[in-house]
Amino acid sequence: MKATRLQLRRKLTGRIMGALAYLAAAAAVLPLLLVFGYLLLKGASSVNLDFFLHMPRPVGVPGGGMANAIIGTLMLVGVASLLGVPIGIGAGMYLAEHGNAPLATSVRFLADVLNGLPSIVIGIFAWQLLVRPVGHFSAAAGGIALGLMMIPTVTRTTEEMVLTVPTALREAALALGYARWRTALRIVLPTALGGVITGVLIAVARVAGETAPLLFTSLGNQFWSVSLTQPISAIPLQVFNYAISAYDELHAQAWAGAVVLIALVLVISLGARAVVGRGFARGND
Amino acid sequence: MATIEARALGAAAPATPPRVRAGRLSAGFGPVTAIRDITLDIADRHITAIIGPSGCGKSTFLRALNRMHETVPRAWARGTVLLDEHDIYADDVDAVAVRRLVGMVFQRPTAFPTMSIRQNVAAGLRIAPREERQHEEEAVEHALRRAALWDEVKDRLDDSALALSGGQQQRLCIARALAIEPEILLLDEPTASLDPISTEKVEQLVHTLREQVAVVIVTHNMQQAARVSDTTAFFLSGELVEVAPTRTMFTHPADERTEAYITGRFG
Repeated sequence: MKATRLQLRRKLTGRIMGALAYLAAAAAVLPLLLVFGYLLLKGASSVNLDFFLHMPRPVGVPGGGMANAIIGTLMLVGVASLLGVPIGIGAGMYLAEHGNAPLATSVRFLADVLNGLPSIVIGIFAWQLLVRPVGHFSAAAGGIALGLMMIPTVTRTTEEMVLTVPTALREAALALGYARWRTALRIVLPTALGGVITGVLIAVARVAGETAPLLFTSLGNQFWSVSLTQPISAIPLQVFNYAISAYDELHAQAWAGAVVLIALVLVISLGARAVVGRGFARGND
Repeated sequence: MATIEARALGAAAPATPPRVRAGRLSAGFGPVTAIRDITLDIADRHITAIIGPSGCGKSTFLRALNRMHETVPRAWARGTVLLDEHDIYADDVDAVAVRRLVGMVFQRPTAFPTMSIRQNVAAGLRIAPREERQHEEEAVEHALRRAALWDEVKDRLDDSALALSGGQQQRLCIARALAIEPEILLLDEPTASLDPISTEKVEQLVHTLREQVAVVIVTHNMQQAARVSDTTAFFLSGELVEVAPTRTMFTHPADERTEAYITGRFG
């Protein structure tokens, strides 16, 4: 049986469209691969043990690292998570459980607005609220600014994940004599936990790389500091400062910082996933 | 209406005294009335089946018996449900406390996916007040034995509940409901999502439960009602048409609508 002209044309159209879709998919991941590749090319050679353990050294002195910026980023992310994760998860569960209330509609809208707010605006806000009254920059102010940025992301992903939990499970818990709050906390949240953690990690990854809100809040610090009340360094701030400097060795350090920042986010993600995964496996194997 | 009630209270009255008495119970959602003026007694240690076509209100009635009905937005209920003479809809009654006394199992198995078999059975026990908490190990075994599941799971109590088959999961849900020692057990089409062999196991189980608790089972399946129940109630368009001992109901129904339904002329 010979194909008619029409069938041939349709087949050809199908092929072309299929190829275009593949092309678009490839184009979508290409930037990421290029960024990774370029980063590793430029920065990997400067990443060594010293980079993690040593303080920055003056230009001209070989070696040195970003120990202060690495601990700074970890602390800032920690403070941000302490603020953003509980509030975000709580708000997300509220939205999922009381989705149709008028208040919920406003909360959802405002969370989206907050999510779209330029990060520099958050920085100025935190400066006005936390830095100016105190009179000096501090790690706490930076962490809180980042925490505010985490809230909407965590809120909306928690809401979406909690909504995927079947009503039947909620009803089963209620029918066992679970109060509503206990059902939400003991049955619904654990069931949605995998997705909720993913949302938290996305938020952490996002704020770990933020620079603008830190310019007004934690400022940066060329010395070792683990005090919440003092200015603190952070990897993105250090990368920025080194990148605009005039020295090649500082440029190399900036590339290395970028590699470490991405690796850090990756490690946090994989670590948290492993923890959650084990939690599920306990019930599964 | 009066004759129906008389029949409901008189002719069908079983040997055991009623454990639950629904009195002129109406319930619905917003402007919709799902059940209207239902008066029905549920006997202790006895299986009451509720049959009727889709949308006749049988599930709504069941859910009104443990105040699960009101968990749906805009749901309302009027009338009384006396559980051992106490109205569960009285102002000072806590719905959560009612559900500890009136257990429920749903159409689809609802094993908690993050919990092991043991944790599932113990889920209701663990929220009891500390002084009332039984020895968990024993309570779990006892409940699983009552649900005829013990022999199948005793060597893997710490496995995920999701590792069980659908029929086993449903019996797990029954064990979970039994573990908190409810006075009444409500089954909402418990075999609707199961294969015939699992269905048979659950039916056998339900049959043995009548020696321990009062069971109310909603079912689409008239043969099932005939097989497992002592008393059958027929609902149609939100009203109770007829209630009678199951044998009578399926051989000499009093109402012609019942006869039409059980002989398969509609529904």
